[in-house]
Amino acid sequence: MSNGSLSLSLPASSGLDAGRGGGNLLFLLQNLVLKDFRIRYRNMSLGVLWSFANPLVMMGILTFVFTRIYPNPAVPNFAVFILCGLVPFNFYSLSLNAGTTSLLDNQSLVKRVRCPRRIFPIAAVLANCLHFLIQIALLIAFVLAFGYRVNRFWPWLGVVWMLEIIFMSGLSLMTSVLDVYYRDVRYLVEASNAVMFWLVPIFYSLEMVPQRLRLLYLLNPIAAVVVAGRDVLLHGKPPAPALLVPMALVSVGCLALGLVVFGRLERNIADNL
Amino acid sequence: MSRSIATQPAIGNDLADPAPSAGHAVLRFEAVSKTYAHNAARTLLRRGMLSWLTRSRTSVFYALREVSFELHAAASLAVVGANGAGKSTLLRCATGISAPDSGRVEVRGTIAALMELGAGFHPDLTGAENVMLNASLLGLTRRKTCEQFDRIVEFSGLADFIHEPLRTYSSGMVLRLAFSVAVRVDPDILVIDEMLSVGDIEFQEKCVGEIKRLKQGGKTLICVAHDLKLLRNLCDRALWLEHGRVRMFGPCSEVVDAYEAAPAPGVSD
Repeated sequence: MSNGSLSLSLPASSGLDAGRGGGNLLFLLQNLVLKDFRIRYRNMSLGVLWSFANPLVMMGILTFVFTRIYPNPAVPNFAVFILCGLVPFNFYSLSLNAGTTSLLDNQSLVKRVRCPRRIFPIAAVLANCLHFLIQIALLIAFVLAFGYRVNRFWPWLGVVWMLEIIFMSGLSLMTSVLDVYYRDVRYLVEASNAVMFWLVPIFYSLEMVPQRLRLLYLLNPIAAVVVAGRDVLLHGKPPAPALLVPMALVSVGCLALGLVVFGRLERNIADNL
Repeated sequence: MSRSIATQPAIGNDLADPAPSAGHAVLRFEAVSKTYAHNAARTLLRRGMLSWLTRSRTSVFYALREVSFELHAAASLAVVGANGAGKSTLLRCATGISAPDSGRVEVRGTIAALMELGAGFHPDLTGAENVMLNASLLGLTRRKTCEQFDRIVEFSGLADFIHEPLRTYSSGMVLRLAFSVAVRVDPDILVIDEMLSVGDIEFQEKCVGEIKRLKQGGKTLICVAHDLKLLRNLCDRALWLEHGRVRMFGPCSEVVDAYEAAPAPGVSD
């Protein structure tokens, strides 16, 4: 039986909500996300500005290189094209790294307080959403600066980005609990990040991928986010159902699988930290 | 095999009788055993694959072996024993942090545990931020926490330092904050693991007073400490663990007398 699903009998006058209602879980989630922010930025004088400066410099240098030095004549505005790929990938790699180590990073809480442990990897992913939002804001600024216009398909971006967050939560649930039992998992995750970098169409487009391999790309939600983002931002068209449906299924399926795997392995977490 | 914390029908839902009725067990251990593997490198993939390939069983030791006891509401239990006798493992099983390998743990009501100094606290967060985090970990909602916040700070006596990072606190101050939160969560069972000795006399007396108030309200206390005088003062029952087994369970003074008279064994193995 998992700790999270314990429902304990409570006197009505008790200060605790029976079996941890949604109110407490949200409050706990919020506190964990805030904790991550505060710890990261408290000791820096520029604080959250660093999260702005880093991607800004990265995007600026990319734009310079791929417009002045190595423009790609086959792809108009190659720099923005690359940024559309990099932003979802960055969120993938940052949130997966943070999610994988989340249980060990929070071991003083996991070992000594009884609380639903699945909240930790999810909080780690959500804490990274701030960076994701900053990068999205910068991406949109670059897109507009390159002369693209806002179009009525932009709301689709919210949908695909939400799906990416769902996908990352599911992956992190699995990798975090596996990392408790086998500390090598984090290195596997790091290695797989490098592989993923080239399996996501960042420097190339889906059209350049041979037809028979395309299904693999469609089943990879991160690749699908990249393609959908380009469709909406650069080509002014809505993402195709053939793109959205597999992406939604894989993302939600991944979250469901993550919860199941986590529930199965949760029992001995505290003893293995 | 399976650990089960009993999910019993809620009692005391009528406000007239908020405390669990006396005479009913709030905590019951039934033949609880807990083992730990003996080697430290078990969390490496290489190790896991090797033992899977060679089908070798890692040697285990029993932290708890067939432990059974029962605690009623408004009781207060002292757990005594040498280092490594299984006291902390017992508390971890009671609080649901660890799952026993066999046997049953039944809990009625909510548990708040003070397991280690600063557990659930982060050194870079301020006292106030840590109070919020801790209260949410212990199961409070935002509304309850905000309602209790001033009383928590007041009880801790740390109002002047509450917006300073926790790393600037002394261990006594951390204890004050931790205890204040745990008490304000208003648990049915309060678990204290070897902590009160850090506080100064004044705060210890305040804690003892607060614990007695909780007991009068029908709440249950489980306390691990090496300060036997404190235990005699606080507790009415005692459990003596030796090498993971129950050596003695009964009225506090009798068990502690026997424990004091017994020659000290080495670290359990």
